[in-house]
Formats: sequence, structure tokens, C-alpha cells
Amino acid sequence: MSRDLLRFATAGSVDDGKSTLVGRLLYDTKSVLADQIEAVQRASVDKGLSTPDLSLLVDGLRAEREQGITIDVAYRYFSTPVREFVLADTPGHVQYTRNTVTGASTAELAVLLVDARHGVVEQTRRHAAVLALLRVPRLVLAINKIDLVDYDEAVLQAIAKDFAGLARSLGFADDAVLTIPVSALVGDNVVERSERTPWYDGPTLLGHLESVPVTGPEVDAPFRMPVQYVIRPRTEELHDYRGYAGQVAAGTVRPGDQIVVLPSGRRSTVASVETADGPLAAASAGRSVTVLLDDDIDISRGDVLAAVEGAPRVTDELDATLCWLAEKPLRPGARLLLKHGTRTTQAIVGAVTDRLDTDTFTLSTPEQLEINDIGRVTLRTADPLPVDDYADVRATGSFLLIDPPTGNTLAAGLVGSPLVLVDLPGETAHTPGP
Amino acid sequence: MTAPALDALEALESEAIHIFREVAGEFDRPVILFSGGKDSTLLVHLAVKAFAPAPVPFPLLHVDTGHNYPEVIAFRDSLVERLGLRLEVAHVQDWIDDGRLVERADGTRNPLQTQPLLDSIVEHRFDAVFGGGRRDEERARAKERIISLRDAFGRWDPRKQRPELWNLYNGRHAPGEHVRVFPISNWTELDVWRYIQRENIELPSIYYSHQREVFRRDGMWLAEGPWGGPRGNETLELKTVRYRTVGDGSCTGAVESTATTLDEVIAEVMASRLTERGATRADDRLSEAAMEDRKREGYF
Repeated sequence: MSRDLLRFATAGSVDDGKSTLVGRLLYDTKSVLADQIEAVQRASVDKGLSTPDLSLLVDGLRAEREQGITIDVAYRYFSTPVREFVLADTPGHVQYTRNTVTGASTAELAVLLVDARHGVVEQTRRHAAVLALLRVPRLVLAINKIDLVDYDEAVLQAIAKDFAGLARSLGFADDAVLTIPVSALVGDNVVERSERTPWYDGPTLLGHLESVPVTGPEVDAPFRMPVQYVIRPRTEELHDYRGYAGQVAAGTVRPGDQIVVLPSGRRSTVASVETADGPLAAASAGRSVTVLLDDDIDISRGDVLAAVEGAPRVTDELDATLCWLAEKPLRPGARLLLKHGTRTTQAIVGAVTDRLDTDTFTLSTPEQLEINDIGRVTLRTADPLPVDDYADVRATGSFLLIDPPTGNTLAAGLVGSPLVLVDLPGETAHTPGP
Repeated sequence: MTAPALDALEALESEAIHIFREVAGEFDRPVILFSGGKDSTLLVHLAVKAFAPAPVPFPLLHVDTGHNYPEVIAFRDSLVERLGLRLEVAHVQDWIDDGRLVERADGTRNPLQTQPLLDSIVEHRFDAVFGGGRRDEERARAKERIISLRDAFGRWDPRKQRPELWNLYNGRHAPGEHVRVFPISNWTELDVWRYIQRENIELPSIYYSHQREVFRRDGMWLAEGPWGGPRGNETLELKTVRYRTVGDGSCTGAVESTATTLDEVIAEVMASRLTERGATRADDRLSEAAMEDRKREGYF
């Protein structure tokens, strides 16, 4: 029996016990090997601690160990008999936008941690807003340290209700959110079901991670595939072979499908969907393939193959939401590079129209965007791009902004306004967007 | 109607193929760092699949410590021949002979590979260097990017890493800089073995159980070779062993094992209580931050 792969992210503020939770998941799924445990025990003794500090399992860089903080997104791996997991472990306080955006960009689920003693705090609201903006399909609120509130159901109910309101206001459907009371330190409801929470009848955290769907909404979207590379063997027996190599970014492609090549708009029919192991009857989002077409038309890296029905729009003017990740602020008029799919082009920033206050979920009109800001801009690009709204298709709705002189990544870009703030009865009305 | 969902190994394979094709599309002179070990053999296999039916559009580079197992060199040469690839070899011995490097007192040459690697990158003007590093191997590697920028001195600065978003890789670099590329970043050791089994990938024979004369040093079983043999009260013993990694013979230990087939190797890996580096690589045990230090200096 083959196992599938779930990519998920964890987020939480400082001292919520996230490192301990991650350590617990690794430890209880027997993903920590003896030499790693011994190394942590040795290091804990060196630091004068009486019990092993599980967070040492997950803090990788020397500066992190010295300062007792986590700086960068770290990737963890564990597996169970039914599923493999890739965990993007995102630190809470240092550059939280940058790290949460990075972790969330590849996640099909996010685990958000709160401390049972403190409930939903500012940092929780910020993280939840970023996860909503990035359209992470599913959320788990892990209420940690329930041992410290005596496993009191009322405390949990209050936090869960508080968070449900927050999630709803950020556009999450009720069935996309699950609240689980846990103690990472003791192990309650992480891998083993706790006997101290008889009032909780939901799954353990691991049980939930094992059972949620691993595929996102991309699979049901119309077909899109950015062309990465044109494969031309130029050998005698494969003289006319011309294959368009790429990873299916959304939807499904089959032989016989009508496709459109963008931005040129030329149409063709899929002759075959090839892999090194032979042709496929169909390939869905996530699979790397080589597409052969019936017609010999001019296609190169940067073009997008798409379903004729519901094709992306081709435009050189974008309304977009940015997560600004660089120290250098963004001002109107900036000339940058924009990488969308497999095409990199020049872009000029028009207006910086809105900045989201992630504490109050209100918008202001900024002069510029600064590091960790989320804001809306208009962009003009040198080449027309085939785009979808990020809310509809993440793969063709996302882009990077790159600093031309240094090559550094400045921003995560999302086409349109993927964060929809919902007004809830009894609360102050929000301005919609970004 | 959608196609059948990808299983874990298919998802990892598709991700790796995507990375190979991105680099082929965006860089002028990529190269695959190749040691003959299982991870770099897997890389070559994935590269072949990424560009089939055309040949792999870049060469291989082997930084040869001279502390080799003959089985591995024979395997390397036959693989290169069979796939019609181009192989560049940088011999650490050449750097020692002309004085650019000095042999270490302990005779270990793994740390000496960095200089020949960086010199070869400059000499051949390689701008993207594929390596078989995996994030599950070690804590510093857990924070490594899939495409990781190195400055003109080959150095890695973990605090200056670019955020890596979605599957949009930013490989922009200045002249003289290059990137390291890790297509199997997200694979675990067990994924590698299961995929080798599924794809029926040939490996050097030293990965499977065999009889070898070895001696005990620092808790590891080392073999005799050009790097030296037993000293003092160390004695050679005939043991049934296999190797879990292929590295410099002076510091890569064998493990006692009777696993002669892939099934048996996988069963052994699953039951193992030690990570492959912790078990058999003395150079990673030098200090708490050994790997981070070597990565900063330009090591793989």
C-alpha cells in the first residue's frame, strides 16, 4: 500500500510551546533517533538543565541555540504507516510575516498554537490573517498547555469560540477549522488520546493530520502548466520530438484535450502526456510531465499551457496584494523584477493603495510598504502575463518581486485581494480587502 | 475527473524533476556533484527522468579525496559510460601535491574537499551545483533552501537566505556567485531507499552486506586503505558489514549488517536507532555545530 504526503505548517507566538509540540510529534511518531536524543541530552546537561530540552531537537543554527530563539523556517519530517509529513516549522516573533508566508505557501494545512492560559492574542490574529491571505485550505487551533489550566473545559470552550469568530471573520469556512486541546509537554491529544479531557470527542492532532485530504483546491481547478523547458532530443529516431516539460500547476491534462498557449493565444490539442516511465492517460496538479501537442507551434519557457475553458486572463496590469519581506521599503514608482510561473519580467509599481493593520484588520493608505507589511499595489509589467486571481488558482495567482541589483526576493505577491474580511454581526464593520 | 493522486514518492519525484528543469531553464552551466554514493546516484537517476528522452544537459563533478573504495570508482565509471554523461574529476591529491592544500594530521580528507570544489566551480564557471543534501540529515541542513545562494567565496550565510515561496525559486546571482541546488531536500533516508527499490536503481556493492577486514576506532568500523590502517592496539578483524554512506575511507565507518538485498536494507533502516551521519561519519561529530561551520565555508 502506498502512502501519500501531507505538507503542513506550524505557527505560534513565543513561549506557546511550539518547539515542544513539534518535538512531541517527532518523538511520539518515533522519528527521533537515538543519537539525536543523546545529542539533545548532552547539550541539555551542558546548559545545566535537569530534563532534556526538546526544543533543542528543532533549533538548528548556532545563533538560535545561543539566543534561545528560532530564526528561520525549518523543515521536519516524520511518517506514520498511513502518511508521510513535511512540516514547515515557522518561528513566531522574528520576521513573523516572512516566515509564516514562507511556511504557508506550500502548506495544505496549518497548526496554529495558543497558550491555554492566554487564549487568542495579537500574534494569533496576525498569524491567522497571514494564513487566510495565503489561502491555506485547513486550520487547526491547538490549545496548548491545558495541563496548566487543570483540563478545564470552560477555558477551552471560551478560546475555541473566540477563535471561531476570528476564523470566520477571515473567511475560513467552519468545517475548515478544528480546535484540539493538547499538552505538548505531557503528550495529551498530540499522538495519544488523553484521559484527562473526557469532554473532548474529536481526533488527536496526529489523527487529524493523518485523515485530512492532502490535495488542495488546485486539483479541481481548470488545467494550467507553465512550460519550464522544451525537450528536443534531436536524435535520428526522435527527430521531430518536441516536448513541453512542466509540473501540472492546476487541474488535469489528458490526451485529446484542447489547450491554449498563453500569452500568444494559439490553440492546439494534446497529443500525449509523457513521463520517463511512459505515457499517462491523465495527469493532475503536482505531477511533472512532458506534454506533446498535435501542432508544431512556437512555445518556449515562460509560456503557460491552459484549458481553453476558463483560461487565465492575459494582462500587463495587475492589482495585487504583497507581503513585503525586505528591509528596503517599497515606494510607488519602484522598478523591480517580477517572477510569475516560469517567466521573469520587469515591473513598475504604480500606486501603493492599502496597508493592512493585522492587529485591527483595518486598512490605511500608506506612503510605502515596510518589512512585514501586507498591502495592496498596482503593477505594470513589461510582458503580458497569464494570471488568475490567487483566490481561484494559487499557482498562477502568485509571483515574486525581486530586487534587480541584488537579486534578493523582496515580496510574495498574490494577484487580486485573496484576503476577504467578513463583517460579523455585533462587531465593528471592516473595510473589505485587501 | 482527476487523475489518481500522487503517493509520497511520486510527489517527491515530481518535485525533484521540477527543480532540475527550473535550473536547466535558468542557469547557463549547471553541474551535478557526484560521489557514487546513493544520494548522488539518485540525483542522476532523477535528472535522467527529468529530461528523457533527451540526454541530461549538464555534466557530473566528482571531488575525489583519493580515499576511495575501488567498487565505488568502478560503479561511477560504468554509470557515466552507460548514460553517456561527461564526468569532471577534481583530485584532492593534485591540490596537496602543488601545495594548495596540506594533509591533515589525522589523515582525513573530507574537510579538504571544499577548496578543490570551489576551485573547480571557478575553473569551469559552474553557476548551479546540484547536491544530494537532505534536510532530514542534520539540524543546520533543516534550514537550507532548495536553491541556496553562495557568495564569490562559496560561503553560506544562514541569516541572509532568501525566503523560498511556493515553488517559485529565485536563482538570481551576480557574476562569480553560484547557487547550490538540493532537489531531494524533502526526502528522508527511508524515502531514498524505498524509491531506489521502486525504481530498481543500481548502487555500489558496498551498500550491501559483505565480508571486510576492519578495525575499531572512535566507535566505528574502519577499513584499511591508502589512508592508513590500524594503529597501536587496533587490530584488523573480518566482519560482515555494509556501508550506509560513501565518503572518505579514513572517516567513514561500516556497520555490522547481514542485509544483502534492498528489502533487508530497508528493514534495517526502519529498525535503526541511529541517523546515518551520526552512526558513521566521524567528521560530523567533531563539534556541536560541525555541519553549520563546514557549510558556511562552502562545503556541501
